[in-house]
Amino acid sequence: MSLHIDSLTCIRQDRLIFADLSFSLSAGEMMWVKGRNGVGKSSLLRILAGLLAPAAGKVSWNGTDIADEPDIYHQNFRYIAHQDALKAAFSARENLDFWADYAGQDQVLAALQAFELQDIADHPVRILSAGQKKRSNLARLIACPAPLWILDEPVSSLDSHYIKLFKSLLLAHVTKGGMAILATHQDLEIDNIRILDLDRKGTALC
Amino acid sequence: MLTSFVALLIRDIRLAVRQGSALTMTLSFFVIAVSLFPLGVGPELSILARIAPGVLWVGALLACLLTLDRVFQADYEDGTLEQLMLGPLPVELVALAKILAHWLTSVVPLIVVAPVLAISLNMPADGTWAMVLALGLGTPILSLIGAVGGALTVAMRRGGILLSLLVLPLYIPVLIFGVASVEAAIAFLPVAPHLLLLGGLSLGALVICPVASAAALRLAVE
Repeated sequence: MSLHIDSLTCIRQDRLIFADLSFSLSAGEMMWVKGRNGVGKSSLLRILAGLLAPAAGKVSWNGTDIADEPDIYHQNFRYIAHQDALKAAFSARENLDFWADYAGQDQVLAALQAFELQDIADHPVRILSAGQKKRSNLARLIACPAPLWILDEPVSSLDSHYIKLFKSLLLAHVTKGGMAILATHQDLEIDNIRILDLDRKGTALC
Repeated sequence: MLTSFVALLIRDIRLAVRQGSALTMTLSFFVIAVSLFPLGVGPELSILARIAPGVLWVGALLACLLTLDRVFQADYEDGTLEQLMLGPLPVELVALAKILAHWLTSVVPLIVVAPVLAISLNMPADGTWAMVLALGLGTPILSLIGAVGGALTVAMRRGGILLSLLVLPLYIPVLIFGVASVEAAIAFLPVAPHLLLLGGLSLGALVICPVASAAALRLAVE
Protein backbone atom coordinates (compact mmCIF):
# COMPACT_ATOMS: atom_id res chain seq x y z
CA MET A 1 0.00 0.00 0.00
CA SER A 2 1.50 3.32 -1.00
CA LEU A 3 0.52 6.80 -2.01
CA HIS A 4 2.84 8.59 -4.38
CA ILE A 5 2.65 12.25 -5.28
CA ASP A 6 4.69 13.25 -8.29
CA SER A 7 5.49 16.87 -9.30
CA LEU A 8 2.12 18.16 -8.18
CA THR A 9 1.20 21.73 -9.11
CA CYS A 10 -1.94 23.49 -7.96
CA ILE A 11 -3.30 26.64 -9.59
CA ARG A 12 -6.59 28.17 -8.45
CA GLN A 13 -8.20 31.18 -10.13
CA ASP A 14 -4.94 31.80 -12.05
CA ARG A 15 -2.99 31.90 -8.78
CA LEU A 16 -0.17 29.46 -8.22
CA ILE A 17 -0.76 27.76 -4.86
CA PHE A 18 2.16 25.33 -4.91
CA ALA A 19 4.35 23.77 -7.56
CA ASP A 20 6.40 20.65 -8.17
CA LEU A 21 5.43 18.92 -4.96
CA SER A 22 6.56 15.32 -4.64
CA PHE A 23 6.43 12.85 -1.76
CA SER A 24 5.25 9.36 -1.01
CA LEU A 25 3.64 7.66 1.94
CA SER A 26 3.65 3.98 2.81
CA ALA A 27 1.67 1.77 5.17
CA GLY A 28 2.27 2.65 8.80
CA GLU A 29 3.26 6.24 8.05
CA MET A 30 1.56 9.55 8.70
CA MET A 31 2.25 13.05 7.53
CA TRP A 32 1.48 16.45 9.00
CA VAL A 33 0.88 19.11 6.36
CA LYS A 34 1.59 22.47 7.92
CA GLY A 35 1.75 26.05 6.76
CA ARG A 36 0.11 29.42 7.08
CA ASN A 37 -3.40 30.20 5.90
CA GLY A 38 -3.72 30.05 2.13
CA VAL A 39 -0.55 28.09 1.33
CA GLY A 40 -2.62 25.25 -0.08
CA LYS A 41 -3.05 22.69 2.70
CA SER A 42 -6.74 22.12 1.99
CA SER A 43 -6.15 22.28 -1.77
CA LEU A 44 -3.50 19.58 -1.46
CA LEU A 45 -5.86 17.36 0.53
CA ARG A 46 -8.66 17.92 -1.98
CA ILE A 47 -6.30 16.90 -4.79
CA LEU A 48 -5.36 13.78 -2.81
CA ALA A 49 -9.07 13.03 -2.38
CA GLY A 50 -9.62 13.44 -6.12
CA LEU A 51 -11.99 16.37 -5.65
CA LEU A 52 -9.67 18.87 -7.30
CA ALA A 53 -7.69 18.24 -10.48
CA PRO A 54 -4.03 19.29 -10.26
CA ALA A 55 -2.68 21.71 -12.87
CA ALA A 56 0.26 19.33 -13.34
CA GLY A 57 1.62 16.16 -11.81
CA LYS A 58 -0.20 13.10 -10.61
CA VAL A 59 -1.29 11.17 -7.54
CA SER A 60 -0.80 7.41 -7.62
CA TRP A 61 -2.27 4.78 -5.31
CA ASN A 62 -0.36 1.49 -5.38
CA GLY A 63 1.30 2.62 -8.57
CA THR A 64 -1.90 3.50 -10.44
CA ASP A 65 -2.91 7.06 -11.24
CA ILE A 66 -6.02 7.80 -9.15
CA ALA A 67 -7.62 9.46 -12.19
CA ASP A 68 -7.46 6.12 -14.05
CA GLU A 69 -9.17 4.01 -11.39
CA PRO A 70 -11.05 6.38 -9.06
CA ASP A 71 -13.51 3.70 -7.88
CA ILE A 72 -10.76 1.49 -6.44
CA TYR A 73 -9.06 4.49 -4.86
CA HIS A 74 -12.33 5.71 -3.29
CA GLN A 75 -12.65 2.44 -1.38
CA ASN A 76 -9.22 2.97 0.15
CA PHE A 77 -9.49 6.35 1.83
CA ARG A 78 -11.75 8.47 3.99
CA TYR A 79 -11.67 12.24 3.71
CA ILE A 80 -12.66 14.49 6.59
CA ALA A 81 -13.23 18.02 5.35
CA HIS A 82 -13.99 21.30 7.14
CA GLN A 83 -17.72 20.72 6.76
CA ASP A 84 -19.26 18.04 8.95
CA ALA A 85 -21.33 16.25 6.29
CA LEU A 86 -24.03 15.64 8.89
CA LYS A 87 -27.77 16.06 8.45
CA ALA A 88 -29.08 18.29 11.23
CA ALA A 89 -32.47 16.55 11.31
CA PHE A 90 -30.87 13.15 11.94
CA SER A 91 -29.09 11.92 15.04
CA ALA A 92 -25.38 11.09 15.03
CA ARG A 93 -26.32 7.40 14.94
CA GLU A 94 -28.64 7.89 11.94
CA ASN A 95 -25.97 9.86 10.12
CA LEU A 96 -23.38 7.18 10.76
CA ASP A 97 -25.85 4.41 9.83
CA PHE A 98 -26.34 6.12 6.49
CA TRP A 99 -22.63 6.51 5.77
CA ALA A 100 -21.97 2.91 6.79
CA ASP A 101 -24.81 1.64 4.56
CA TYR A 102 -23.62 3.85 1.73
CA ALA A 103 -20.07 2.51 1.98
CA GLY A 104 -21.30 -1.06 2.49
CA GLN A 105 -19.80 -1.25 5.99
CA ASP A 106 -21.18 -1.83 9.46
CA GLN A 107 -19.00 -0.51 12.28
CA VAL A 108 -21.35 2.12 13.66
CA LEU A 109 -21.41 0.88 17.26
CA ALA A 110 -17.62 0.69 17.36
CA ALA A 111 -17.43 4.21 15.94
CA LEU A 112 -19.83 5.62 18.55
CA GLN A 113 -17.85 3.97 21.33
CA ALA A 114 -14.47 5.01 19.93
CA PHE A 115 -15.46 8.70 19.93
CA GLU A 116 -17.49 8.46 23.18
CA LEU A 117 -20.70 9.39 21.44
CA GLN A 118 -23.04 6.80 23.02
CA ASP A 119 -24.77 9.29 25.34
CA ILE A 120 -25.60 11.74 22.55
CA ALA A 121 -25.94 9.24 19.72
CA ASP A 122 -29.72 9.64 19.46
CA HIS A 123 -29.89 13.42 19.85
CA PRO A 124 -30.60 15.41 16.69
CA VAL A 125 -27.36 16.80 15.30
CA ARG A 126 -28.86 20.32 15.24
CA ILE A 127 -28.68 20.51 19.05
CA LEU A 128 -25.10 19.22 19.32
CA SER A 129 -22.15 21.47 20.06
CA ALA A 130 -19.45 22.11 17.43
CA GLY A 131 -17.12 19.64 19.14
CA GLN A 132 -19.80 16.94 19.30
CA LYS A 133 -20.54 17.45 15.62
CA LYS A 134 -16.84 17.18 14.86
CA ARG A 135 -16.62 13.88 16.74
CA SER A 136 -19.72 12.60 14.95
CA ASN A 137 -18.02 13.43 11.65
CA LEU A 138 -14.70 11.88 12.68
CA ALA A 139 -16.57 8.73 13.73
CA ARG A 140 -17.01 7.99 10.00
CA LEU A 141 -13.35 6.97 10.03
CA ILE A 142 -14.22 4.03 12.30
CA ALA A 143 -17.73 3.35 10.96
CA CYS A 144 -16.40 3.04 7.40
CA PRO A 145 -12.81 1.83 7.79
CA ALA A 146 -10.25 2.51 5.06
CA PRO A 147 -6.45 2.35 5.08
CA LEU A 148 -5.78 5.98 4.19
CA TRP A 149 -7.15 8.85 6.25
CA ILE A 150 -7.07 12.33 4.70
CA LEU A 151 -7.90 14.78 7.46
CA ASP A 152 -8.41 18.52 7.11
CA GLU A 153 -8.28 20.25 10.50
CA PRO A 154 -9.47 17.12 12.35
CA VAL A 155 -9.11 18.56 15.86
CA SER A 156 -10.71 21.98 15.37
CA SER A 157 -13.49 22.44 17.96
CA LEU A 158 -12.23 19.50 20.06
CA ASP A 159 -11.22 20.01 23.69
CA SER A 160 -7.96 18.62 25.09
CA HIS A 161 -9.58 15.35 26.22
CA TYR A 162 -10.94 14.58 22.77
CA ILE A 163 -7.76 15.73 21.03
CA LYS A 164 -5.94 13.14 23.14
CA LEU A 165 -8.60 10.54 22.27
CA PHE A 166 -8.33 11.35 18.56
CA LYS A 167 -4.55 11.14 18.74
CA SER A 168 -4.72 7.68 20.30
CA LEU A 169 -7.13 6.48 17.58
CA LEU A 170 -4.86 7.95 14.91
CA LEU A 171 -1.82 6.19 16.36
CA ALA A 172 -3.74 2.90 16.64
CA HIS A 173 -4.76 3.22 12.98
CA VAL A 174 -1.20 3.80 11.84
CA THR A 175 0.18 1.07 14.10
CA LYS A 176 -2.20 -1.38 12.43
CA GLY A 177 -0.69 -0.50 9.06
CA GLY A 178 -2.93 2.44 8.13
CA MET A 179 -1.78 5.74 6.68
CA ALA A 180 -2.81 9.29 7.49
CA ILE A 181 -2.25 12.75 6.08
CA LEU A 182 -3.52 15.57 8.23
CA ALA A 183 -3.49 19.32 7.86
CA THR A 184 -3.77 21.19 11.11
CA HIS A 185 -2.50 24.35 12.72
CA GLN A 186 -2.20 22.58 16.05
CA ASP A 187 0.89 20.54 16.82
CA LEU A 188 -0.43 17.17 17.96
CA GLU A 189 3.02 16.30 19.37
CA ILE A 190 3.17 12.94 17.67
CA ASP A 191 6.54 11.22 17.45
CA ASN A 192 7.77 9.94 14.11
CA ILE A 193 5.30 11.97 12.08
CA ARG A 194 6.62 13.23 8.78
CA ILE A 195 6.21 16.94 8.16
CA LEU A 196 5.37 18.66 4.91
CA ASP A 197 5.88 22.39 5.35
CA LEU A 198 4.09 24.24 2.54
CA ASP A 199 5.52 27.55 3.74
CA ARG A 200 8.77 26.43 2.13
CA LYS A 201 7.30 27.16 -1.31
CA GLY A 202 5.91 23.69 -1.77
CA THR A 203 9.14 21.83 -1.25
CA ALA A 204 8.68 18.60 0.62
CA LEU A 205 10.94 18.38 3.65
CA CYS A 206 10.26 14.74 4.20
CA MET B 1 -23.69 -0.33 -5.77
CA LEU B 2 -27.42 -1.07 -5.51
CA THR B 3 -27.15 -1.01 -1.70
CA SER B 4 -25.57 2.45 -1.81
CA PHE B 5 -28.22 3.69 -4.26
CA VAL B 6 -31.03 2.41 -2.03
CA ALA B 7 -29.34 3.81 1.10
CA LEU B 8 -29.13 7.27 -0.48
CA LEU B 9 -32.70 7.10 -1.79
CA ILE B 10 -34.10 6.04 1.60
CA ARG B 11 -32.05 8.68 3.41
CA ASP B 12 -33.41 11.44 1.16
CA ILE B 13 -36.99 10.23 1.55
CA ARG B 14 -36.61 10.00 5.35
CA LEU B 15 -35.04 13.45 5.41
CA ALA B 16 -37.91 14.90 3.37
CA VAL B 17 -40.49 13.26 5.66
CA ARG B 18 -38.60 14.34 8.82
CA GLN B 19 -38.27 17.93 7.67
CA GLY B 20 -41.67 17.98 5.99
CA SER B 21 -41.23 21.47 4.59
CA ALA B 22 -40.82 20.48 0.92
CA LEU B 23 -43.88 18.27 0.91
CA THR B 24 -46.04 20.82 2.73
CA MET B 25 -44.77 23.68 0.59
CA THR B 26 -45.37 22.06 -2.81
CA LEU B 27 -48.76 20.61 -1.86
CA SER B 28 -49.97 23.85 -0.32
CA PHE B 29 -48.76 25.88 -3.29
CA PHE B 30 -50.43 23.50 -5.76
CA VAL B 31 -53.78 23.51 -3.93
CA ILE B 32 -53.79 27.28 -3.34
CA ALA B 33 -52.65 28.18 -6.88
CA VAL B 34 -55.30 25.96 -8.49
CA SER B 35 -57.97 27.20 -6.07
CA LEU B 36 -57.26 30.81 -7.06
CA PHE B 37 -58.44 30.28 -10.63
CA PRO B 38 -62.17 29.90 -9.86
CA LEU B 39 -61.87 33.10 -7.84
CA GLY B 40 -60.15 34.94 -10.67
CA VAL B 41 -61.98 33.51 -13.68
CA GLY B 42 -65.39 33.19 -12.05
CA PRO B 43 -67.51 30.21 -11.06
CA GLU B 44 -68.75 29.43 -14.57
CA LEU B 45 -68.42 25.61 -14.68
CA SER B 46 -67.99 25.33 -18.45
CA ILE B 47 -65.06 27.80 -18.39
CA LEU B 48 -63.43 26.03 -15.45
CA ALA B 49 -63.77 22.66 -17.17
CA ARG B 50 -62.22 24.16 -20.32
CA ILE B 51 -59.16 25.58 -18.54
CA ALA B 52 -58.75 22.79 -15.96
CA PRO B 53 -56.09 20.72 -17.81
CA GLY B 54 -53.87 23.75 -18.36
CA VAL B 55 -54.38 25.09 -14.83
CA LEU B 56 -53.51 21.76 -13.23
CA TRP B 57 -50.44 21.20 -15.40
CA VAL B 58 -49.10 24.74 -14.89
CA GLY B 59 -49.83 24.48 -11.16
CA ALA B 60 -47.93 21.18 -10.91
CA LEU B 61 -45.07 22.56 -12.95
CA LEU B 62 -44.68 25.68 -10.80
CA ALA B 63 -45.10 23.71 -7.56
CA CYS B 64 -42.31 21.41 -8.69
CA LEU B 65 -40.06 24.42 -9.33
CA LEU B 66 -40.31 25.48 -5.69
CA THR B 67 -38.19 22.62 -4.41
CA LEU B 68 -35.78 22.07 -7.30
CA ASP B 69 -33.05 24.27 -5.85
CA ARG B 70 -32.91 22.01 -2.80
CA VAL B 71 -32.25 18.79 -4.74
CA PHE B 72 -28.50 19.21 -4.39
CA GLN B 73 -28.03 22.48 -2.49
CA ALA B 74 -28.49 21.21 1.07
CA ASP B 75 -25.96 18.43 0.46
CA TYR B 76 -23.58 20.89 -1.20
CA GLU B 77 -23.75 23.33 1.70
CA ASP B 78 -23.15 20.83 4.51
CA GLY B 79 -20.35 18.97 2.70
CA THR B 80 -22.39 15.81 2.15
CA LEU B 81 -22.28 16.11 -1.63
CA GLU B 82 -18.51 15.79 -1.93
CA GLN B 83 -18.54 12.85 0.49
CA LEU B 84 -21.22 11.18 -1.65
CA MET B 85 -19.01 11.72 -4.70
CA LEU B 86 -16.14 9.93 -2.93
CA GLY B 87 -18.32 6.91 -2.19
CA PRO B 88 -18.88 3.73 -4.16
CA LEU B 89 -21.69 5.17 -6.28
CA PRO B 90 -20.87 6.92 -9.60
CA VAL B 91 -21.87 10.58 -9.48
CA GLU B 92 -24.48 9.93 -12.19
CA LEU B 93 -26.23 7.45 -9.89
CA VAL B 94 -25.90 9.82 -6.92
CA ALA B 95 -27.75 12.38 -9.05
CA LEU B 96 -30.35 9.82 -10.14
CA ALA B 97 -31.05 8.70 -6.56
CA LYS B 98 -31.56 12.29 -5.49
CA ILE B 99 -33.79 13.04 -8.50
CA LEU B 100 -35.89 9.96 -7.76
CA ALA B 101 -36.22 10.99 -4.12
CA HIS B 102 -37.29 14.49 -5.22
CA TRP B 103 -39.93 13.06 -7.55
CA LEU B 104 -41.27 10.69 -4.91
CA THR B 105 -41.41 13.26 -2.11
CA SER B 106 -42.28 16.49 -3.93
CA VAL B 107 -44.11 15.50 -7.12
CA VAL B 108 -45.98 12.24 -6.46
CA PRO B 109 -48.11 13.94 -3.75
CA LEU B 110 -49.21 16.43 -6.45
CA ILE B 111 -50.36 13.55 -8.67
CA VAL B 112 -52.32 12.13 -5.73
CA VAL B 113 -54.24 15.34 -5.03
CA ALA B 114 -54.65 16.33 -8.69
CA PRO B 115 -57.87 14.29 -9.23
CA VAL B 116 -59.50 16.04 -6.27
CA LEU B 117 -58.58 19.42 -7.71
CA ALA B 118 -59.75 18.26 -11.15
CA ILE B 119 -63.18 17.50 -9.70
CA SER B 120 -63.26 20.92 -8.03
CA LEU B 121 -62.61 22.45 -11.49
CA ASN B 122 -65.43 20.40 -13.03
CA MET B 123 -63.11 18.36 -15.23
CA PRO B 124 -64.95 15.40 -16.82
CA ALA B 125 -64.06 11.99 -15.40
CA ASP B 126 -62.59 10.91 -18.76
CA GLY B 127 -60.05 13.70 -18.50
CA THR B 128 -59.16 12.93 -14.88
CA TRP B 129 -57.70 9.47 -15.48
CA ALA B 130 -55.81 10.74 -18.53
CA MET B 131 -54.43 13.57 -16.43
CA VAL B 132 -53.20 11.21 -13.72
CA LEU B 133 -51.52 9.03 -16.35
CA ALA B 134 -50.02 12.04 -18.09
CA LEU B 135 -48.75 13.49 -14.81
CA GLY B 136 -47.28 10.08 -13.90
CA LEU B 137 -45.43 9.89 -17.22
CA GLY B 138 -44.57 13.57 -17.59
CA THR B 139 -43.60 14.78 -14.14
CA PRO B 140 -40.40 12.69 -13.94
CA ILE B 141 -39.15 14.98 -16.73
CA LEU B 142 -39.79 17.97 -14.46
CA SER B 143 -37.56 16.47 -11.75
CA LEU B 144 -34.93 15.26 -14.22
CA ILE B 145 -34.57 18.54 -16.16
CA GLY B 146 -34.96 20.54 -12.98
CA ALA B 147 -32.10 18.63 -11.37
CA VAL B 148 -29.76 19.70 -14.16
CA GLY B 149 -30.71 23.32 -13.43
CA GLY B 150 -30.30 22.65 -9.71
CA ALA B 151 -26.84 21.19 -10.28
CA LEU B 152 -25.79 24.11 -12.50
CA THR B 153 -26.85 26.66 -9.88
CA VAL B 154 -25.89 24.67 -6.76
CA ALA B 155 -22.94 26.86 -5.89
CA MET B 156 -24.83 30.12 -6.40
CA ARG B 157 -26.47 32.03 -3.66
CA ARG B 158 -30.06 32.78 -4.56
CA GLY B 159 -29.80 30.78 -7.77
CA GLY B 160 -33.53 30.06 -7.71
CA ILE B 161 -34.47 32.70 -10.27
CA LEU B 162 -31.73 31.62 -12.68
CA LEU B 163 -32.83 28.04 -12.15
CA SER B 164 -36.40 28.95 -13.15
CA LEU B 165 -35.17 30.78 -16.25
CA LEU B 166 -33.03 27.81 -17.26
CA VAL B 167 -35.65 25.18 -16.64
CA LEU B 168 -39.03 26.67 -17.55
CA PRO B 169 -38.43 26.86 -21.34
CA LEU B 170 -37.44 23.19 -21.30
CA TYR B 171 -40.73 22.30 -19.62
CA ILE B 172 -42.78 23.54 -22.61
CA PRO B 173 -42.95 20.18 -24.49
CA VAL B 174 -44.11 18.42 -21.31
CA LEU B 175 -46.78 21.05 -20.78
CA ILE B 176 -48.00 20.84 -24.40
CA PHE B 177 -48.23 17.04 -24.52
CA GLY B 178 -49.54 16.81 -20.95
CA VAL B 179 -52.42 19.20 -21.60
CA ALA B 180 -53.05 17.71 -25.06
CA SER B 181 -53.46 14.22 -23.60
CA VAL B 182 -56.11 15.42 -21.15
CA GLU B 183 -57.96 17.40 -23.80
CA ALA B 184 -57.85 14.40 -26.14
CA ALA B 185 -59.41 12.20 -23.44
CA ILE B 186 -62.15 14.76 -22.83
CA ALA B 187 -62.87 14.95 -26.58
CA PHE B 188 -62.89 11.09 -26.87
CA LEU B 189 -59.83 11.20 -29.16
CA PRO B 190 -56.88 8.78 -28.87
CA VAL B 191 -54.78 9.58 -25.80
CA ALA B 192 -52.05 7.00 -26.39
CA PRO B 193 -49.92 9.07 -28.83
CA HIS B 194 -49.59 11.91 -26.31
CA LEU B 195 -48.85 9.56 -23.45
CA LEU B 196 -46.28 7.68 -25.54
CA LEU B 197 -44.58 10.97 -26.37
CA LEU B 198 -44.47 11.89 -22.68
CA GLY B 199 -43.07 8.45 -21.86
CA GLY B 200 -40.47 8.81 -24.60
CA LEU B 201 -39.45 12.24 -23.34
CA SER B 202 -39.17 10.80 -19.82
CA LEU B 203 -36.91 7.99 -20.99
CA GLY B 204 -34.76 10.43 -22.97
CA ALA B 205 -34.45 12.70 -19.95
CA LEU B 206 -33.68 9.67 -17.76
CA VAL B 207 -30.64 8.93 -19.93
CA ILE B 208 -29.36 12.48 -20.40
CA CYS B 209 -30.19 14.41 -17.24
CA PRO B 210 -28.31 12.36 -14.58
CA VAL B 211 -25.17 12.56 -16.74
CA ALA B 212 -25.58 16.31 -17.24
CA SER B 213 -26.30 16.82 -13.52
CA ALA B 214 -23.21 14.81 -12.58
CA ALA B 215 -21.01 16.91 -14.88
CA ALA B 216 -22.37 20.12 -13.32
CA LEU B 217 -21.89 18.76 -9.79
CA ARG B 218 -18.26 17.82 -10.47
CA LEU B 219 -17.61 21.39 -11.61
CA ALA B 220 -19.40 22.81 -8.56
CA VAL B 221 -17.40 20.72 -6.09
CA GLU B 222 -14.05 21.74 -7.64
